Amino acid sequence: MITKRIIPCLDVKDGRVVKGVNFEGLHDVSSPIKLAKYYSDCGADELVFYDITASSDQRQLFTDILCETAKQVFIPLTVGGGINTVADFDRVLKCGADKVSVNSGAIRNPSLIKEAAKLYGDQCVVLSVDIKRVNGVFRVFAKGGREDTGLEAIEWIKRCVADGAGEVVVNSIDTDGVKKGFDLEMLKAVCKAVSVPVIASGGAGKTEDFITLFKELPKVDAGLAASIFHFGEVKIADLKDEMVKHNIPTRIC
Amino acid sequence: MIAIIDYGVGNLFSLSSSFKSIGANTVITGDPEIIRSADKLILPGVGAFSDAADKLRLSGLDKVIIEEAKKGKPLLGICLGMQMLFEKSFEYGEHKGLGLIPGSVVSMKGVIPSELKVPHIGWNGIIFPKDKLRSKIFKYLNQGDHMYFVHSFYATDCEDFVSSKTEYGALLTASAENGNVYGVQFHPEKSGKKGLSILKAFCEL
Repeated sequence: MITKRIIPCLDVKDGRVVKGVNFEGLHDVSSPIKLAKYYSDCGADELVFYDITASSDQRQLFTDILCETAKQVFIPLTVGGGINTVADFDRVLKCGADKVSVNSGAIRNPSLIKEAAKLYGDQCVVLSVDIKRVNGVFRVFAKGGREDTGLEAIEWIKRCVADGAGEVVVNSIDTDGVKKGFDLEMLKAVCKAVSVPVIASGGAGKTEDFITLFKELPKVDAGLAASIFHFGEVKIADLKDEMVKHNIPTRIC
Repeated sequence: MIAIIDYGVGNLFSLSSSFKSIGANTVITGDPEIIRSADKLILPGVGAFSDAADKLRLSGLDKVIIEEAKKGKPLLGICLGMQMLFEKSFEYGEHKGLGLIPGSVVSMKGVIPSELKVPHIGWNGIIFPKDKLRSKIFKYLNQGDHMYFVHSFYATDCEDFVSSKTEYGALLTASAENGNVYGVQFHPEKSGKKGLSILKAFCEL
């Protein structure tokens, strides 16, 4: 049986790992290369590397740091940030990424997911969506959560999955950095709409939040978080022990 | 020295860094002479079977690999590289493999319950058969250890050569071997420390 995945996320800016509250007030944590090695060794099931300002700065993702990071990672690696073209896919895959995450790029270039899925397979294309409630409606935000696109999130996700996105990362801006648990209402709406794996992101503050996530929403495949792992507030080994106690399929290493 | 066979399919970066991390000396090569002089061979592969098999044949490396394997040189096929070790594959038509392990490669669709997604992607446990000796490449593993899988097709009609299975709605071949020829459907280079231990055990053969 496939296990539920625990995914630390490295938000990288200027070559360093950062994590903000509601995407503002970033503070420096550590070297992505060192953190990546630590997570690969300590039981993370996958790693996400986001160049968080590549999109808003309208530049390409830092491939040199990515390549160095990928050399230390012996678990699946997903890379995102500033992915706008199929050439960007090619570039990060050559650096050692296993999957490529698209966000703003898919909004700007509506054929990107279709083209990439055809070339590299659906399993390689991850749709990442930053979602915020606006007047009670789930809306897609772009550029690291700074710009309201006006798109309705569930319809957008359905369209991208139909185009070939093999996995969806749902990042709730409403719960991000708040540490009071994942956005179960939002995740439930996404799980109902698509059959590809759904990754929950935004809001985890403690071990119990992951247990609640997997127990309440069995269709969610993975939980993603950043600062609580980076600062050691939640240790992956302890989290996994707790998951096993709750009979959640878990990879122990 | 271990030769990672480069025949123009997939990215060999992860494989070579994983061997480097365990201190093994590898070379990525498509040169028949280097492949002949290597101690051990790795056959990687991603994508479609027919495309990979054609590339291997066009490069002429298929004959070199078969010759070297028949001499007793340890060979490890990974993912599509594992599937290519079998006699044939039924991935979009019927295609000939290297024939180093008896058996064929078929779709898991129709074999596993329809509510399960294809491809089979993620971490899944591998189960060693109780009535067989544990494969030498799995000497550092425990029953049920998790490996990272990404595949839609799997090897069948190879029961005598199966060295582990994985449960995904049905028991699917996770690895197979025939003497010095080893194949793993999952990605040891992406399966954390446990996966690296398989590469280490292969280096120690």
